[in-house]
Amino acid sequence: MEVTEAWYLILSAMLFALGATGLMIRRNPLVMFMCVELMLNAVNISFVAFSKMYDDLAGQSAVFFVLVVAAAEVVVGLSIVVALLRRRPTATADDLVELRG
Amino acid sequence: MGNVAEVIVFLISGAIVLGGGLGVILNRNPVHAALSLIASFFGVAVLFISQEAHFLAFVQVVVYGGAIVVLFLFVIMLLGVDRAEQVRVEQLSMQRPLAIVTGVMLFGLAMGGLFLSGPGGEEGAVAATGQQSAMVPIDETEPNVRQLGLDLFTRNVLAFEATAILLTIATVGAVVLVRNEGAEDLVVDEPGTSIG
Repeated sequence: MEVTEAWYLILSAMLFALGATGLMIRRNPLVMFMCVELMLNAVNISFVAFSKMYDDLAGQSAVFFVLVVAAAEVVVGLSIVVALLRRRPTATADDLVELRG
Repeated sequence: MGNVAEVIVFLISGAIVLGGGLGVILNRNPVHAALSLIASFFGVAVLFISQEAHFLAFVQVVVYGGAIVVLFLFVIMLLGVDRAEQVRVEQLSMQRPLAIVTGVMLFGLAMGGLFLSGPGGEEGAVAATGQQSAMVPIDETEPNVRQLGLDLFTRNVLAFEATAILLTIATVGAVVLVRNEGAEDLVVDEPGTSIG
């Protein structure tokens, strides 16, 4: 038995589906962000697996940029969540409509 | 012998990745969800190491496991939302079953895309252009960090500069968003302008 790239790709697909399911199930905006991070990590796994499979470093560079974009996204997203939860600590994702204007 | 070790490492870290992911979804307490997220990130870092992406594994631990999760925990603690979710009622009927069905279908879609469409493996590498598609071939004799750095600062230098601008904009945007509007921070000693 040998670990082939297909194993990594299957794991990546499972993690992506898990993150997407969590994003749809949970109502707490913070936890929804964590699920987005899970999905980004799933994509990173498959990027690195393809990079190994095709012997191409470009996949690893792509992971680097995904990482930077994830950091930026978390910063902006969490500040929106802070602005929301300051008004009502029990807010769910539906209450984002309160931030209008 | 090396193969067996590889399989064991993959199975353990894969279980940690998926278990952490499940923990994020199933824990009602956001702090516990964030801790599960750390476990998942560490599992991914181990997977990166077993695929010889050493620099990315290091960055994974520092940026994801360190900075991003700490940011999450910081927000949770700062706002005092570290208690179980209170809204138990589903506001959309059938939301959970539908979400699970959609997740399973997404998994099936990814599997189909990976294994049903076109040639995989060695043939897949040459399927689109008729030649090996490596833009930056990996050199096994060079350290991973050196190769990645060379690639970032030569072929991707424009994108790298753009990420610098992106991070600056994100920081400014965060400051603008969480600014305490209406509360005059600088004139605290004036009577009647209490900021509470």
